[in-house]
Amino acid sequence: MNAPVDLDHARIAASTPLDRLDPSNPAIFRDDAWQPYFARLRREAPVHYTPESMFGPFWSVSTYKEIMQCELAHKVLSSDSLHGGISIRDRDKALRLPMFIAMDPPQHDEQRKVVQPIVAPANLAKLEHVIRERAVRILEGLPRNETFNWVDRVSIELTVAMLATLFDFPQEERRKLSHWSDCATALPMPGGLIENEEQREAVFAEMLGAFMKLWNERVNAEPRPDLISMLAHGEATRNMTPREFMGNLILLIVGGNDTTRNSISGGVLFLNENPEEYAKLRANPALIETMVPEIIRYQTPLAHMRRTATADFEIGGKTIRAGDKVVMWYISGNRDEAAIEQPDRFIIDRARPRGHLSFGFGIHRCVGNRLAELQLKILWEEILKRFPRIEVVGPAERTYSAFVHGITNLPVRIPG
Amino acid sequence: MPQVTYIEHNGTEHRIELEAGKSVMQGAIDNGIPGIDADCGGECACATCHVYVDEAWLAKCGTAGEQEASMLSFAATAEPNSRLSCQITMAPELDGLVVRMPEAQH
Repeated sequence: MNAPVDLDHARIAASTPLDRLDPSNPAIFRDDAWQPYFARLRREAPVHYTPESMFGPFWSVSTYKEIMQCELAHKVLSSDSLHGGISIRDRDKALRLPMFIAMDPPQHDEQRKVVQPIVAPANLAKLEHVIRERAVRILEGLPRNETFNWVDRVSIELTVAMLATLFDFPQEERRKLSHWSDCATALPMPGGLIENEEQREAVFAEMLGAFMKLWNERVNAEPRPDLISMLAHGEATRNMTPREFMGNLILLIVGGNDTTRNSISGGVLFLNENPEEYAKLRANPALIETMVPEIIRYQTPLAHMRRTATADFEIGGKTIRAGDKVVMWYISGNRDEAAIEQPDRFIIDRARPRGHLSFGFGIHRCVGNRLAELQLKILWEEILKRFPRIEVVGPAERTYSAFVHGITNLPVRIPG
Repeated sequence: MPQVTYIEHNGTEHRIELEAGKSVMQGAIDNGIPGIDADCGGECACATCHVYVDEAWLAKCGTAGEQEASMLSFAATAEPNSRLSCQITMAPELDGLVVRMPEAQH
C-alpha cells in the first residue's frame, strides 16, 4: 500500500512541463509526496535535466538500470569533493570536506580499506550479543499504553549506542553523535537546526575536538579494533589533515546511524500500513530475514547519491557534459517496476529482496550494509518476543531533505 | 553438461550441472545454494557472490578484471584465489570446477 499522496502533488507532478520538473524540492520528501514526480520521470525521462532548482542545474537518473550504469562508471562520474562530492547540495569550496566516500580511486580505495575490517564477518559476530543486549534493554524500558516517539526512544537510541561502540566513544555522551549527524545533513534555514554554515562549522569544530582527544589517546597506544584507533594507525589515514579527519568522522557518523535509524522507524510504519504483512510476520518470525532488506528498500534512507561528470557521458539516449551534476535517485530506482515486481508494495517475503539500490552499488557500496541489516534483524527478533503489536497512533513527521530520507517523529503505543 | 561443486563455509557440498555460458553465480542462485547472495544480480557491482576457486582450477578460470578486482579488494575475507562468481562463465573446460564460499558475503 502506498502512503496517501496529496492530490495537489499528483496534479503538479502530472501537469508541470517536463523540462521544469524539479524532483529535488525537499518539501516533496517532507510531505511524503515524491512518488508521482519520480513515477513520471521513470515513465517519460529516465535521464532528465532540471535547469533550475535550489541546488542549481542537475541531471536526474531515476530508473534502476541506468542508476546501475552510473554506479559502474566511476571513471567518468566522480565522487570527489573537489567537484562537489556525493550529495546534490554544493558546499562552498572553502568548506569542502574530504572523506573517502567523496574521493575517487586510488585514495578512496586506500582509506576505505582502513575501516572496512570493522564490519568483517568475524567482527560482526562479536557485535551481535552487544546489539542484542542493548535492544533488549531499550525495549524493556518502553512504556505501555502510552504514546511515545519511537524514533527517539528506539531508532536513535539503538543506532547511537552502536556507533559509540564502533568508535569506542564514551557511551554516556552518545547523544552527541546523533546531534552532530543531524547538524551535518541539515539544510541551513531560519529557525532550523542549523541556520547558516558558520553554525555548522562550529558544531564540526566541537566534534573534531572531542575526537582529537580520542585520536591522541589511541595513536600512541597499541592498535585496537575501534574506528578511531584504526584511522590513527592506518597507513592511508594516519597522516590525514584535521579537515580530512573531520570529513571521515562525519561520513562514519552519518553513515553509521542516520540511515539505520530511519530504516528502524520505517519498518514500524510499513507494518502498520500493511496489517496483512504484520500478521504474516507474527505468524512466522523467520520472515525477519527477508523483511529486513525489504524495509531498507522501501524506506531508502538516502534518497540519492550525486556524481559529477569529468568527461562527456552517454546514458539513456542523453549526453551528459563534463562538469554536469548527476543525481542517482535510489528512492526512485527502488520503485522501478522494470527491475522490481510490484515495487510500490511492501512485501516481507520477496524471493530476492536484496537487489535494491539503497546501499548503492560499485566501489562506493555501503561499507556497513551487513551491520545495518544485523541491527534491524536483532531488533525485530526481540520486538516479536515481547510485543504482539506496536501501533502507530499519529502521522509520521519527516525530514526536510532531498538527501536524508528520514522520519523525525513516529508516535506509537504499545498495548498491554 | 559440465558440473560445478560449491562447498559452503561449513563444509556442505553441492554438486550441480551448469550449462556452458551461464555464470557460476547464476548456477548457485538457480539451484538455491546457500552462501552466495549476489545482491547486484551479476553486474560486478557488489562482492556478495565471492568464492574461493580451488587451486587446480584457478588458471582455467582466468583472472579478475579491473572492476572485479576493485570490488574484491574491499571484501575483508578476500584471498589470492578469490573471484566473483558472476564473472566466471561456465565452459566445457571448467567441467568439474570446485569453488568454496567465504564465512559471509558482504
